[in-house]
Amino acid sequence: MKKLLLATAATALMAGAASAEDVKIGVLLGFTGPLETTVPGMAAGAELAIKEVSDSGKFMGGSTVTAVRGDTTCVDAAAAQSAGERLVTSEKVAGIIGGDCSGVTGAVLQNVARPNGVGMISPSATSPALSSAEDDGLFFRTAPSDARQGEIMADILSDRGVKSVAVTYTNNDYGKGMADAFAAAFAAKGGAVTLSAPHEDGKADYSAEVAALASAGGDVLVVAGYVDQGGKGMIQASVDSGAFSTFYLPDGMYGESLIQAIGAPLNGSYGSVPGTDSPGAAKYLEVAKAGGFDGSTAYSGESYDAAALMLLSMEAAKSTAGKDWTAKVMDVANAPGEKIYPGELGKALELIAAGTDIDYVGATSVEMVGAGESAGNFREYEIKDGKFETAKFR
Amino acid sequence: MDFLNALVAFLNFVFVPGLAYGAQLALGALGVTLIYGILRFSNFAHGDTMAFGTMVTIFVTWFFQSIGLTAGFLPTALLALPFGILATAVMVLATDKVIYQFYRRQKATPTILVIVSMGVMFVMNGLVRLFIGVDDQNFADGGRFLISAGEFKAATGLAEGLSIKGSQAVTVATAALTVALLFWFLQKTRTGKSMRAFADNEDLALLSGINPDRVVQVTWIIAATLATIAGVLYGLDKSFRPFTYFQLLLPIFAAAIVGGLGSPLGAIAGGFIIAFSEVMLTYAWKKVATYVLPDSMAPDSLLQLMGTDYKFAVSFAILILVLLFLPTGLFKGKSY
Repeated sequence: MKKLLLATAATALMAGAASAEDVKIGVLLGFTGPLETTVPGMAAGAELAIKEVSDSGKFMGGSTVTAVRGDTTCVDAAAAQSAGERLVTSEKVAGIIGGDCSGVTGAVLQNVARPNGVGMISPSATSPALSSAEDDGLFFRTAPSDARQGEIMADILSDRGVKSVAVTYTNNDYGKGMADAFAAAFAAKGGAVTLSAPHEDGKADYSAEVAALASAGGDVLVVAGYVDQGGKGMIQASVDSGAFSTFYLPDGMYGESLIQAIGAPLNGSYGSVPGTDSPGAAKYLEVAKAGGFDGSTAYSGESYDAAALMLLSMEAAKSTAGKDWTAKVMDVANAPGEKIYPGELGKALELIAAGTDIDYVGATSVEMVGAGESAGNFREYEIKDGKFETAKFR
Repeated sequence: MDFLNALVAFLNFVFVPGLAYGAQLALGALGVTLIYGILRFSNFAHGDTMAFGTMVTIFVTWFFQSIGLTAGFLPTALLALPFGILATAVMVLATDKVIYQFYRRQKATPTILVIVSMGVMFVMNGLVRLFIGVDDQNFADGGRFLISAGEFKAATGLAEGLSIKGSQAVTVATAALTVALLFWFLQKTRTGKSMRAFADNEDLALLSGINPDRVVQVTWIIAATLATIAGVLYGLDKSFRPFTYFQLLLPIFAAAIVGGLGSPLGAIAGGFIIAFSEVMLTYAWKKVATYVLPDSMAPDSLLQLMGTDYKFAVSFAILILVLLFLPTGLFKGKSY
């Protein structure tokens, strides 16, 4: 017992010192549960970055890094917390990549990370609620909040000089969340939402819904729905009755089938979908392929970025203590500095050691905003002559 | 000018859609009311009979479209309609032979027949989904607009546009023609007269030598015809999806009951009452009011009595009010 205590104390002392050691990083994802098909690609991404850093031999004066896995189950907060507890107390991880689903991520943050002062970077928790959660500065995410597209929509519409819009959303969490986030962001930009009304999917006739929206008025109709569902019906009914002629189409409404169904009246409408023109995305696919897995699965790139950001921040802070490295995440992730793409982590470590500022771009063009979450990348598109055309990337 | 704008906005968003919807409901309610009047039970399978007829019509329409046979400005579905009616008539006659006839011979009470019709409804429901699937099907073609909103604005210089879809015009014209033919048939022909006699007093009709089997068959054929026409018109104007046809059962029964079950005139009136109530109670009147009222009185709110999500609640509420205060409906229907 005495020996164990002594060993623990010694490890605690060593943590934070810049001598060569083995740093453990927790990979806390839902290896079982609803996301079990997605998570292997995510874990592979995170572990690829960890291996890359460890193999470079340039991390914290030659320290090695090992990944320790924990299972969140995605849905069971109690199981996720005990897995997180194990990572922190018995494995002594310096930081946690995860969790994956928003609910368990919040639970681990509040009950494990904050009490123990361990930093977390989640690659896939997208709930807007996490933006305002108490986190003592310990929580970051490389995935954009669901509310983020609402802000992007407000930006695009006000850049185009639109002052008043009507909003219709599909009556579920996705539609309502987006409509609410958009309304708040658009109001902050000085725009007016004349009416924000839900529509039910799967109905035959949307003329009554459109009539109410037409009565409220607005230059553009924002359709936060689904392309093969009520969203299409709303647009069809608007075009038929001449109520609206320009539509704003967020990601759920992006699809060739919409152009086929509506045709010419859709020309001149515009919208946004997640997307990036950064070379990082293609580079990541190569790196992942060389690592023996498919990097195109959902949130795999975000996971790589989360692990890379965490380790680069530790290097920048010259410390693995949660309160030290988390203070550096924003600096490492954002401009100015030399751009770092996937597969260049060794170079990044050298640059940091040499005192050069870096701007981690990674697989998903990470740019941290707000309380430490990815701004996300969106492609603004227009419909011209029956085709989607990229206007610009945001 | 403002008054004209208000009128056009009213026509565009309330009157024209309400008229087309009302015509579709009226045709559906006519079928329900005929079955109720002559066969003496509420046919819950009517919505799915509509779906079946529409499905056959859609298949024939697709075939016609594939061989390049179209009707020009009119939708091809009108050419395919007779085939849909034929198939549906055969189907309901077979159903009657296999199922309803048995219960009729047993002198089953109307309540039992209602439950039997629910069984038939589920079977038809499944059949339609089996053949055409549960998704939206698009079969409308021909001229999309009689007048489009843009053309109307350009022609009149008004701020508001009026659009009349081709399908809306076809709906109203077809419904008017069908109703005229039906009334002529019921009032003037020998078979029609015997049907009415059978409805008024079954025993007397039998004593006077009316063949009951023939009356039943003709009734089913007419009901199938009305159901198919109503279904095809609804599908052309809105969209075809088996589930929405099942849901149509509520407004159709509400229409038939409001008008008075068993009364053809009542079914037509009921269809329009239900349709216009649904549209007018959920319409946001702000636009119209802003045009009509002086600036100082212009409304800030939407002037919407209830959200459009509550459309079906309107049919329900009217149904309950009528049953409470006027159980036999506006046109003195029957109740068995």
